[in-house]
Amino acid sequence: MKVLRGVDFNVPVGEMTFLVGPSGCGKTTLLSVIAGLLNPSSGSLAVLGTEMAEVKGARAVEFRRKNLGFVFQQFNLLPALTAAENAAVPLLAAGWKRKTAVEKGAALLDELGLGHRAKALPNTLSGGQQQRVAFARALIHEPKLIVCDEPTSALDAETGHYVMELLRKIAVRPERAVLVVTHDNRIFPFADRIAHMNDGLVERVESSTGGTH
Amino acid sequence: MLTGDKAKYLGLIFAIAFSTFLMSHQVSIFCGLMNRTASQINDVHDASIWVMDAKTQYVDEVKALTDQDLYRIRGVEGVEWAVPLFKGTSRAKGADGKFRGVILMGLDDSSLVGLPRSIRLGDAKALRDPETMALDETGYRFFFPGEPYALGRTLDLNDRTLKIVAIVNSSAPFVNLPVVYTKYTQAVQLVGRERNQLSFVLARSAQGFNDEDVARRIGAGTGLKAVTGEAFGWETIWYYINNTGIPINFGITVVIALVVGTVVAGQTFYLFTVENLKQFGALKAIGVSDWRIVRMILMQALIVGAVGYGLGIAMTATFFAATADNLDLRGFRMLPQIMVGTAGAVFLIVFLASAISVRRVIVLEPAVVFRG
Repeated sequence: MKVLRGVDFNVPVGEMTFLVGPSGCGKTTLLSVIAGLLNPSSGSLAVLGTEMAEVKGARAVEFRRKNLGFVFQQFNLLPALTAAENAAVPLLAAGWKRKTAVEKGAALLDELGLGHRAKALPNTLSGGQQQRVAFARALIHEPKLIVCDEPTSALDAETGHYVMELLRKIAVRPERAVLVVTHDNRIFPFADRIAHMNDGLVERVESSTGGTH
Repeated sequence: MLTGDKAKYLGLIFAIAFSTFLMSHQVSIFCGLMNRTASQINDVHDASIWVMDAKTQYVDEVKALTDQDLYRIRGVEGVEWAVPLFKGTSRAKGADGKFRGVILMGLDDSSLVGLPRSIRLGDAKALRDPETMALDETGYRFFFPGEPYALGRTLDLNDRTLKIVAIVNSSAPFVNLPVVYTKYTQAVQLVGRERNQLSFVLARSAQGFNDEDVARRIGAGTGLKAVTGEAFGWETIWYYINNTGIPINFGITVVIALVVGTVVAGQTFYLFTVENLKQFGALKAIGVSDWRIVRMILMQALIVGAVGYGLGIAMTATFFAATADNLDLRGFRMLPQIMVGTAGAVFLIVFLASAISVRRVIVLEPAVVFRG
């Protein structure tokens, strides 16, 4: 079954791009393809200048580890690790020493206003706090592309607004692209660019400056 | 990750601890029981060679030799000395009328070869006096319960009154009957009249001769069966293993412990894995390699295995420590080999329990994290 067809779409660096559309339109599939978690059956995909078709197996794992940061809908924090340890997971996966990695995780949590909960386990944190830990995990290795899957769907409106402000503040950098999949139209104002999908197609892309193509 | 789910973590540890306890405990009891079958052999330290009728299969079923056999054995080259040993059963009766079957050991009148080395009270030499006996601790506690060890008390055996001149610490026999030691000439008078009474001949090889060689020479020279004490002990143990249902019963328990441990641990571990697939998927998406995730799973499995094993072994050790003074449970203890063997079985349980989970995670598509 073809989920995506005729997708022609750029995610520019230095901006926060939203991918929006109704349920089942292919947003999540497109996100998975961009993140290198699924391979497209045809067409070409370049992420950060690298043709993803050429990056397979262990190289794909390494590519993701170095270049991508992930924020998941349900946070997916490891329940037995503290907040700082969870934040440090990408560094630990890259072979950093545990102590150094966790210290960096704690420092980043401090920047996110969560320094006082660095040693807390995920099940003792609120939804907003867990999402901030997830942000720290996505940012700690300074990736060039951050993909976020419905980052506010598990949060109430106020908390959702707060974490999106935070994400925008800490994640958007001139050398980094941020791609957010969402159907939460309350957070659309945070986007620099919004790609509207429908039935496997990117129908139009709106820019915050007013342009549409 | 597993420690984050306390119910499953504790469930896994309990399953492995229970399996460990059951396996180590039952195998210890089995080994102790089998060792008991050779206890009368193990208690003979001075002689290295046992000589018996050629058709003898184990220590508890003997056909008597003749006195001539004893002399022929003494004449075999390499035999330093050879002495008679009587082994039979009798019935002992206390002054209060309480009676019980006993294992009767008749020792060479002169050397008293075959008497256990550990003597709790009394003097072995006094056994050379007429109408005397040595009694093991189990027998003493049966006939004189709650009373301190004392010499000079008497028991009747076949209407002959024998005075207790020594209390010995003998190995627990298989049937857990008291053991009475007396002179050979005394013992054969205590049992019913048979033409021959010589159960075994105990011999020792001369200096410069090998026990096995001397045993072969005795066998060749006399037509009798001659083996070392150690070999005879194992023959007796194997007789019981091959001819009783004991190993099957204990084996079934051990297999059940292994299967139940594996199934419960495997199911719990698999449930844990399935419930955490999103987390594993997230790790794969982030860029954690399959091999590292497999190591994580195996490490968690090994940790619960080690903790469960430690608890199970501690339970078994506590049982044997708590029953150490119980004379009926003498000889039952946990051997280091059993601990090592149980560790191997636990490793197998842990490996099998985690294998299915490992496979599930390896084939997991990391894109699963983006599905609702």
